Amino acid sequence: MLLIKCPHCGERAQIEFSYVRSLDSIVTLDMAPEEAMATLYARANPKGVSDELWRHSYGCRQFLTLRRHTVTHEIVAVVPYVEALR
Amino acid sequence: MGGLTRYSALSLLRGALNGQKHWQPAWSDPEPKPSYDIIIIGGGGHGLATAYYLAKLHGIRNVAVLEKGWIGGGNTGRNTTIVRSNYRQPQLHNFFEFGLKLWHGLSDELNFNVMFSPRGTLLLGHSDADMVRLAQLGDSHRCDGIDAELLSREQVAKFCPLLDMSAQARFPIAGALLQRRGGTARHDAVAWGYARAADAQGVDIIQKCEVTGITQSGGRVMGVETTRGPISASKVAICVAGHSGQVAGLAGLKLPIESQTLQAFVTEPVKPMIDTVIMSTALHCYISQSDKGGIVLGGDPDRFPSYAQRGMPPPVEKAAAEAIALVPALSRLRVVRTWAGVTDMSFDGSPIISEMPVNGLYLNGGWCYGGFKGTPVSGYTYAHLLAKGEAHPLAAPFDFGRFARGATIDEAGVGPGPEAR
Repeated sequence: MLLIKCPHCGERAQIEFSYVRSLDSIVTLDMAPEEAMATLYARANPKGVSDELWRHSYGCRQFLTLRRHTVTHEIVAVVPYVEALR
Repeated sequence: MGGLTRYSALSLLRGALNGQKHWQPAWSDPEPKPSYDIIIIGGGGHGLATAYYLAKLHGIRNVAVLEKGWIGGGNTGRNTTIVRSNYRQPQLHNFFEFGLKLWHGLSDELNFNVMFSPRGTLLLGHSDADMVRLAQLGDSHRCDGIDAELLSREQVAKFCPLLDMSAQARFPIAGALLQRRGGTARHDAVAWGYARAADAQGVDIIQKCEVTGITQSGGRVMGVETTRGPISASKVAICVAGHSGQVAGLAGLKLPIESQTLQAFVTEPVKPMIDTVIMSTALHCYISQSDKGGIVLGGDPDRFPSYAQRGMPPPVEKAAAEAIALVPALSRLRVVRTWAGVTDMSFDGSPIISEMPVNGLYLNGGWCYGGFKGTPVSGYTYAHLLAKGEAHPLAAPFDFGRFARGATIDEAGVGPGPEAR
């Protein structure tokens, strides 16, 4: 099982967390329909490093950003959603 | 091209007398030619079935199936082998019902025993509300001539005696919907049978040949780059569920698909104890027994993107807990093997069988975790699309453009995204 270091709660088991979607597929309210459509449905689905929106659903319930490898499952970074990854 | 010796009881008998020396490789191992009419990327069950039906039904034999690994080494050999057609929506159940009819004649068709066993698929209901829903589901099947039987609690107890029917049952059983014509098949044999039959029709099956590029000119597909050199073709058919996004990405396309891991596991072999396939409306586990005796179990996908072909313990634990709650006799069996496949989770839960925005490029993918049962009908309808340039009527609803039109086929009714399936 993955060990995810929540920036608010510390290291917790993966089952407390839920994957929401890839970071580049978040639809914002100001998007035109075509842009929203493309953002929602056209996914890069990377085999390698992936930036994703997760949520500590069964913990602090905060949204988080994970940078993660989709083959090795290595977690490179976990930061609060509002902070940009660098 | 392999010279096909027909398998029969007589050839076995003859073999018994000459020390079984008559066995030949079931398909040949050709070098790739510089050019083909059609290239199929992916030598899983679906790709091989496509090649077989292209040759058999449409007379197109100058076809190559390119497989990066070996035949049957991907998702074809990693599923729980369940075959059924009991979907609620007509587009899905009519499609899979056509496939179920193909399953019933498949061993004869391929002259290869795929060990299809129509032992019934039993979908349990646990409350009055579940039973109303199952009755509606059964009605939707029967309106289209698909078999469905609503069983009472007593009938379920008789049909599958090891289910926990006690008053203390964690998930009390109110009844079930039974599709008797559903069942299981030997998944490797399906890949091998289609490979042998396609090879006999003149199709080149090229293993250890990974596609590394899709060449285009003026918006048209010209062929592929591979680890064994360039191969040209005017039609390139992607059939690599699990990696559809990766291969379509070689042509610059992005798909409404996310790759996730799906696990399955099997117990030590025991004497026959479950002679059907058990599923539940409220739970998500699949229970069946292989011909070897192992109890084959599956459940939820690992709900995050992964190409790792290995999963995490929680989905296995959940499926095992549910299976034991339904069939307490399973509790003392040891799990001997777990494995995982990479699934194409599409954004409405239904497959994509379609031409693509690049001329001459086709896609068959997005099977979520239900592709095995679709193997024959997927190949049948994909071959039709490739040969005739237009969708088979059964596969027409599964076009790539349906997402833009809002015409998604969402059996679970949960909206756009793979995360809730």
